[in-house]
Amino acid sequence: MMAEPMGFFTDTTVCIGCKACEVACKEWNQLPAESGGANTLSGESYDNTRRLSGTTWRHVRFIEQFNEDRSQGRWLMMSDVCKHCVQAGCLEVCPTGAIIRTEFDTVVIQADVCNGCRACISACPFGVIDINPITGTAMKCTLCYDRMQAGMIPACAQACPTQSIQFGPISELRQRAEKRVRQLHEAGQTDAYIYGDESILGGLNSFYLLVDEPEVYGLPSNPQLPSRNLVPSATLSAAGAAAMGLLGLVSLRKRRMDRLAAERRAEREESAEPVEGGEEGDA
Amino acid sequence: MPDTFFTQAPHWQWWIIFYFFIGGIGGGSYAIAAMLHLFGEPEDRPISRLGYYIALPAIIISGILLTLDLTRPERFWHMLVQSNTWTPAFKYWSPMSVGSWGITFFGLFAFLSTVGALAETGRLPWRGLAALNQGLLGNVINVLGALFGFFVAGYTGVLLSVTNRPLWADTWLLGLLFLVSGFSTAAALLYLAGRRRAHPESLRWLSQMDTWALILELIVLALVVVSVGSVVAREVLFNMWGVLLLVGVVLVGILIPLLLHWRPRLLGPASPVGAAALVLVGGFILRVVMLLSSEAV
Repeated sequence: MMAEPMGFFTDTTVCIGCKACEVACKEWNQLPAESGGANTLSGESYDNTRRLSGTTWRHVRFIEQFNEDRSQGRWLMMSDVCKHCVQAGCLEVCPTGAIIRTEFDTVVIQADVCNGCRACISACPFGVIDINPITGTAMKCTLCYDRMQAGMIPACAQACPTQSIQFGPISELRQRAEKRVRQLHEAGQTDAYIYGDESILGGLNSFYLLVDEPEVYGLPSNPQLPSRNLVPSATLSAAGAAAMGLLGLVSLRKRRMDRLAAERRAEREESAEPVEGGEEGDA
Repeated sequence: MPDTFFTQAPHWQWWIIFYFFIGGIGGGSYAIAAMLHLFGEPEDRPISRLGYYIALPAIIISGILLTLDLTRPERFWHMLVQSNTWTPAFKYWSPMSVGSWGITFFGLFAFLSTVGALAETGRLPWRGLAALNQGLLGNVINVLGALFGFFVAGYTGVLLSVTNRPLWADTWLLGLLFLVSGFSTAAALLYLAGRRRAHPESLRWLSQMDTWALILELIVLALVVVSVGSVVAREVLFNMWGVLLLVGVVLVGILIPLLLHWRPRLLGPASPVGAAALVLVGGFILRVVMLLSSEAV
């Protein structure tokens, strides 16, 4: 039975980069540390997580925008997560049926079905999915499917101290987001906008309020489904196969015709030969 | 920056390059074998049979390489059977799903034709099995096998395009490129493997087909580079991968073999053998570049 579509609205303007969501996600989902717990520093940012992975399903991105002498600048913080796309590229390409859409309209990878073919990794337009080296299966945010089934809110949203991550029914979140954008516009922050409305992949069930270009946050401006290439690509291949097949057929037919013509020529010459032989005989 | 640059590489392992190469040869070999079987002369039969003999081990090796590449290889059968319902797993819109079935069926037809060919030549004690490669049954198997052979040679390129990765998803031509390259590498291998026993007419036809395939491959390759756009080409191919593509594929794998086909006396009697060997080298490097240049982004 379909419950109401649920999701996240992440208001990046109130994110303080505390990474409580990252930690809460790791704790609840019992995810191990990256690199076996080795202390790896990014060397170019105060954010050392750097990206989502099979063992990091929430990642607070730090965007450090400074001029050269660092006299002016700003920090943008964004808690990144699976977008639970209404039209999901990962779900589309998964050959095993491991990736499913749940009754909450979220996208979940079943760890007991996934065989680690990694088609979903290259299909995701946001680079969200990766292999969990411990289970050997593709993993990402489940939107705390287990907690939702028990009527609880996802661990990250519960831990967020500034309500940057808001969880709820999509319809309600969309209204809340619109109101927040209006509020920011009225306050003079006119660059605020919603990333992930219905124009993007049928709507992202995890959508964002941003104040700069999507690319600045590491998000594609026009993400698309991998299947957009399927029909043209397959058609061109089929045309190529037909062309090669036809070429083979025509060349083999031509070879046969040429041979038959040569044989006929030889026959004609042969039938002409006895006359010569007769003449010789006469002589 | 194009949207494909915001995604993650699947990190398919190096042996997938070998799969793309061997799978292409397997599919192409069967397709060529079937063409000679259906439209050729009796003296083409040795090359035709050789095509099946190459296709079968090629598809078996392909299956092994693909299984090894799964991070959970013991679950390889999840590609064909849904593990929770035991119903067939098939999604016509997922190239990997269709590909899994395609490889399975291709393996079946390659097996049947191989058995038929072995029976035909007396290498199997059961002469009746030669029917698999003769008459109406043989023709049906060859037609279906050739369709699956073409599929196996080309679908890998379609699979790469049905992603969101740089280069792969930025063009529609990879399937066609791999198909043509699979065909040309198969013709080259058949030439090399069959040159001692095959009829000169069969060998001449193989060389001729290879020439056509190489010309087509060159055109498609140029179109691939143009179609991905300048930004993607600059980011993905304006580096050592691009150099490898130009030298290893275009020059060594296409232009020099074409020259040797055109001027067969250039290297003396070694010309056709040299051309075929270079086509194989070029076909392999093509897959190296197409796979790794995108994975490197």
